[in-house]
Amino acid sequence: MTNNATNIEAEIVELLAHRIPAGIHVSAQTQIVGGLGLDSVAILDFIMDVEDRFDISIPLDRVAEVQTIAELSRAIEALRRTAN
Amino acid sequence: MSLFSKFDDMRAIIDSLVASGRNPFDMRFERILSATEALLEGRPCLLFGTNNYLGLTFDATCIEATVRAVHEGGTGTTGSRIANGTYCDHALLERRIAEFYGKRSAMIFTTGYQANLGLISTLAGREDHLLIDADSHASIYDACKLSAAQVIRFRHNDPEDLAHRLRRLKGRPGSRIIVTEGIFSMLGDSAPLREIAAVKREMGATLIVDEAHSLGTRGKNGRGVCEDAGIESDVDFVVGTFSKSLGAIGGFAVSDLPDFDLLRIVCRPYMFTASLPPAVVGSVTAALTRISTDKSLSARVLSHSGRLYSALAQAGFEVGPEPNPIVALKMTDKETAVRFWNRLIDRGVYANLALPPATPASLSLIRCSISAAHTEAQIDRAISIMVAVGRELRVLDPRPAKTPVHLTRSLPI
Repeated sequence: MTNNATNIEAEIVELLAHRIPAGIHVSAQTQIVGGLGLDSVAILDFIMDVEDRFDISIPLDRVAEVQTIAELSRAIEALRRTAN
Repeated sequence: MSLFSKFDDMRAIIDSLVASGRNPFDMRFERILSATEALLEGRPCLLFGTNNYLGLTFDATCIEATVRAVHEGGTGTTGSRIANGTYCDHALLERRIAEFYGKRSAMIFTTGYQANLGLISTLAGREDHLLIDADSHASIYDACKLSAAQVIRFRHNDPEDLAHRLRRLKGRPGSRIIVTEGIFSMLGDSAPLREIAAVKREMGATLIVDEAHSLGTRGKNGRGVCEDAGIESDVDFVVGTFSKSLGAIGGFAVSDLPDFDLLRIVCRPYMFTASLPPAVVGSVTAALTRISTDKSLSARVLSHSGRLYSALAQAGFEVGPEPNPIVALKMTDKETAVRFWNRLIDRGVYANLALPPATPASLSLIRCSISAAHTEAQIDRAISIMVAVGRELRVLDPRPAKTPVHLTRSLPI
């Protein structure tokens, strides 16, 4: 894993801290649907936080393709490259 | 693993709801007594959760028009608008709706859901970008799924956030289509349309406003929040429904754009379904005439809404941010909301139970809708029952509140 990916994952975990119920441990392999204790609307609200943190747009069809935190991290990396 | 195992979570939710009392998804009214009362579990029940804002479901002129239309046109059209399902009365209703909004064209759909599904999914092509309010109705989300466009949510009722997200798209090809609502269905809050229209103008975007809950209830002529905000000329498409203020079923879209009628031959949710039956076309046409000529209906529903909203806020409930014909009460958690809803029915008031994820910010709500057909005595009775249940379940402090508490999405859950 690249340092960049590790940093992105760490930022995602930091963003999640404000949203997920206490006691849920988040790792790169955590499933976004089902693993975070968030309902579907709360997940989309979290994605808006991610968009603002990384200054990117993540269209909803792209969100649907992403299953784990690691996959979200890779999607963010790819979208940042495209944006630049 | 069975075909239905993916719904195990939903099954558990229903089982838990039934164990706590009633199944809110399977309420059966034995008889509808009027626009504001029904027989439920053998007893009369006040209706405060029907979206029957102007109370026209039992309006004598609408019923007469329905009966006449059935006799003249039969029970159904048995075909779609692009085949045998367009009668002169469908075209007449479209002209009347366009005139009502002062727009060039109107299209009617078989449901309000299909109006959003059809309009949004057809307008937004592969290269385009849909920017939707985060609290949009399910029909808007489903339209986005059906569309090939890129879909971005903006923070609820936040024009600055919308502008920010539009700026991020700078340099990318395709149209930008903003979708929002006049009044939002859960908290009853209205959109800051003046500011959103300014963003639309600045960014050269297209604007769609769904006025499902504001047709007939807001605006000097009942044309909704767009009319109230004075931005009707900025709105490219207004979408609405016949199933609330107009007391029937169906949906519509209106526009001034000259190519609007092209949608009739490319919009699949319009083309591949049977058209509205004559009875509905008849009653909606009559209802539209009623709301155009009788301004007292909207004045009455707004006055009733203010009465309910103020009294509940004064009693100490956390209510939505403004008095509209939807008044939402925030419950502390899902279990309290379920108990509250069941106790209201025990005491003769039907309201809507609204739980996450159908609600914004994971709120658990008792959602009331108010009708022009309610009497002041019915409103006061509902207030008294809600306050009594609130005190019984400790949602309210036993002592009356001194300062009303207004619910916003940013409140901690």
